[in-house]
Amino acid sequence: MSKVLIIAEHEGGKLGAATGKAVRCAQDLNAEALEVAVFVHEGGDEVAGAAAKLEGVTKVLKVTNPANENALAAVLAPQVVSLAQDGYTHVLVGNSTFGKDLMPRVAALLGVPQVSDVMKVESEYVFARPIYAGNAITTVEAPDDQVLCATVRGASYPAAGEGGSAEVEDRQVDAEVPGHTRFVGREVHKSDRPDLATAPKVVSGGRGVGSEENFKLIYSLADKFGAAVGASRAAVDAGYVPNDMQVGQTGKIIAPELYIAIGISGAIQHWAGIKDAGTIVAINKDEEAPIFEVADLGLVGDLFEAVPELEKALDQA
Amino acid sequence: MKVMVCVKRVVDYNVRIQVKPDESGVVTEGVKMSMNPFDEIAVEEALRLKEAGKVDEIVAVTIGPQQAQEQLRTALAMGADRAILVQSDEAVQPLTAARVFAELARKEEPGVVLMGKQAIDDDQGQTGQMTAALWQRPQATFASKVEIEGESAKVTREIDAGLETIEVDLPAVITTDLRLNEPRYVKLPDIMKAKKKTIDNTTVDDLGVEAAKPLKLTRTAPPPARQGGKKVESVQELVSELKNKGLI
Ligand SMILES: Cc1cc2nc3c(=O)[nH]c(=O)nc-3n(C[C@H](O)[C@H](O)[C@H](O)COP(=O)(O)OP(=O)(O)OC[C@H]3O[C@@H](n4cnc5c(N)ncnc54)[C@H](O)[C@@H]3O)c2cc1C
Ligand SMILES: Nc1ncnc2c1ncn2[C@@H]1O[C@H](COP(=O)(O)O)[C@@H](O)[C@H]1O
Repeated sequence: MSKVLIIAEHEGGKLGAATGKAVRCAQDLNAEALEVAVFVHEGGDEVAGAAAKLEGVTKVLKVTNPANENALAAVLAPQVVSLAQDGYTHVLVGNSTFGKDLMPRVAALLGVPQVSDVMKVESEYVFARPIYAGNAITTVEAPDDQVLCATVRGASYPAAGEGGSAEVEDRQVDAEVPGHTRFVGREVHKSDRPDLATAPKVVSGGRGVGSEENFKLIYSLADKFGAAVGASRAAVDAGYVPNDMQVGQTGKIIAPELYIAIGISGAIQHWAGIKDAGTIVAINKDEEAPIFEVADLGLVGDLFEAVPELEKALDQA
Repeated sequence: MKVMVCVKRVVDYNVRIQVKPDESGVVTEGVKMSMNPFDEIAVEEALRLKEAGKVDEIVAVTIGPQQAQEQLRTALAMGADRAILVQSDEAVQPLTAARVFAELARKEEPGVVLMGKQAIDDDQGQTGQMTAALWQRPQATFASKVEIEGESAKVTREIDAGLETIEVDLPAVITTDLRLNEPRYVKLPDIMKAKKKTIDNTTVDDLGVEAAKPLKLTRTAPPPARQGGKKVESVQELVSELKNKGLI
C-alpha cells in the first residue's frame, strides 16, 4: 500500500487542471492515503475545497506561509521536502511548467531520482514514460525503498471526478525558505477561449498562416468550433502568437478529441504534442507535407481559401 | 565572472529514431549525433554575456563517452574558452549528472551555470533544477531572457500561462528555452582555432561523486501506431466526415 502526496497547482484562487490529472494517476497507485498539499500565503479555502472534492483524495493539507504568495520552486521545495518526510511513499505533481520546475528540486533534496511524465502506472514502482519526443515509450522501475518523485503527463490522464469530500487540515511546516529567489512579475495572456491544455477541440496555425494579422482566420474558425487555439513553434518564433500557445515536444502536449492543423508541416517535434489527439485534421497546400502521413483527414489546399470555406460550411451545417 | 555551460551529446533532432527489435533501447549506432539543441542555446547565451562584458571565461562541460569530445569541440569552436569531459561510457541519469555538475560548480565557482531545459533524447527536464538544489543555489528555468545586473540576474521564464520574471542572486543555475536566442553557426577558422583549446579529462569517480541509485529501464517500445493518411477532396467532404464522427 502506498501513501501519496500530491502538490497542488493553483492560480488566482483556482485549482489547476494538472492537479486533477495527477490525482487521477495516483488512483492507480494502490494508495491507502492520497493527500493533496496546497501551499498558500493566506486564505486558500477555495483551492483547498476544490482539492478536497477530487475523487480519491483522503485529506487536504493547507500550508500557509507568507513566502508562498508566488509559486517559486526554490521557496516551495524545502516545504515539500519537509512534508514528504512524513511517511509518504510517493510525491506527485502535474507536468505543467509549475511541476516541471518544482519536482526535480524536491527529488534532489530528497536524494532520489524522478520519473518524468508518467503516462501509465504499471505497478507502484513501475511506470511508462515517453522519450525522444514520444517516439519511444520506456518502462522504468524505481527503487522501492525510497520516496518516489514523479510528474504526471497531463495528456495521458483525464481529471479525477468530483464526488469526494476530504477533510482540510491546516498544517504547520518547518522549513527554512531561501531569500535568494524573488518574484518580479507575470505577463499572463488572458483569453476567453477554452484552455489549450484541456480543451476538447483545438485549432492550430503554423508558419503557413503568414502573419499575426492572418491568425484572425484561425481564431475565427476556432470560435466556430468552440475550440482553443494553438500554434507551431515557427508561428510563435515569428511572433504571430504568444509563447504559451506552442504545441509540441517542448511546448504543450495535448490530447483533444479534435485537432486541426493549418499551415503546419508536421515536424516530429510538433507531432509529439498531438499524438494522443482523437481525430487530427490537416490543411496544407503541399501534398507532400509530413503532417498528411499522420492526419486522419487531410485536405490539400490553400488555407486562405479552405479556412473561410470551412467556416461557411460550418454555419450551414 | 565565469560561466559553466553543460552540453550533452544526443541523437540529432532531425533523426527519426528506431526502437531496437529486442526492446532494449533506441538504435544509436550509425546515427548522427549532435549537441542537444537547448545546450547550443546555452552556449550562445554564454557567448553573448561574454561579448557584453559580463563574463570573462566560459567553461563547457559534458558527461559522456570519449566521442562526446566532438560536442565540446563544437562549444569551443562557438567560442567557449576551455572544456571538461567527465568520461562515462554508461549513460548517467539526471541525479548523478546533477551531482557531477554541482561538484564541478563547487570547484570552478562559476557565477552562472547554463544548461538546457531538457535533453531531447530522454526528455527528462531535471538536471538543471537538481544541480541548483544540490549546489544550494537558485534556479531560473525555461529562460527566454537573461539580464545580469551586478550580483543578481533577472530572468524571464516561459510558463504555461505566459511569461514570468524572477530575480535570482548569483551564483545560480539558468536553463534555456527555445526563444532565448538563435545560436550562431560555427565557421571553419573557428573550428581550426578550437583545436588549440584544452579539454580536461576526468571521471565521475575521480570527482569523488557517488552515483545515485538509478531507475532501471526494463523495456523500450515504439508508441502505439496511428492509422493516418486519409485525404478528403473538398471542404464539403471534410465537413461530412467530421459530422459522421460526431465532431460537429
Ligand atoms: C529542440 C527543438 C524543439 C522543438 N519543439 C517544437 C515544439 O514544441 N513545437 C513545434 O511546433 N515545433 C518545435 N520545433 C520546431 C520544428 O522542428 C519545426 O521547425 C516547426 O514545427 C515548424 O513549424 P511549421 O510547421 O509551422 O512551419 P513549416 O515547417 O515552415 O511549415 C509551414 C507549412 O505551411 C504550409 N503552407 C504555407 N502556406 C500555406 C497556405 N497558404 N495554405 C496552406 N498551407 C500552407 C507549407 O506547405 C508548410 O507545410 C522544435 C525544434 C527543435 C530543434
Ligand atoms: N550527460 C550530460 N552531459 C552534459 N550535460 C548534461 C548531461 N545530462 C544533462 N545535461 C544538461 O542538463 C540539461 C537537461 O537535461 P535532462 O535533465 O536530461 O533533460 C541538458 O540540456 C544539459 O544542459
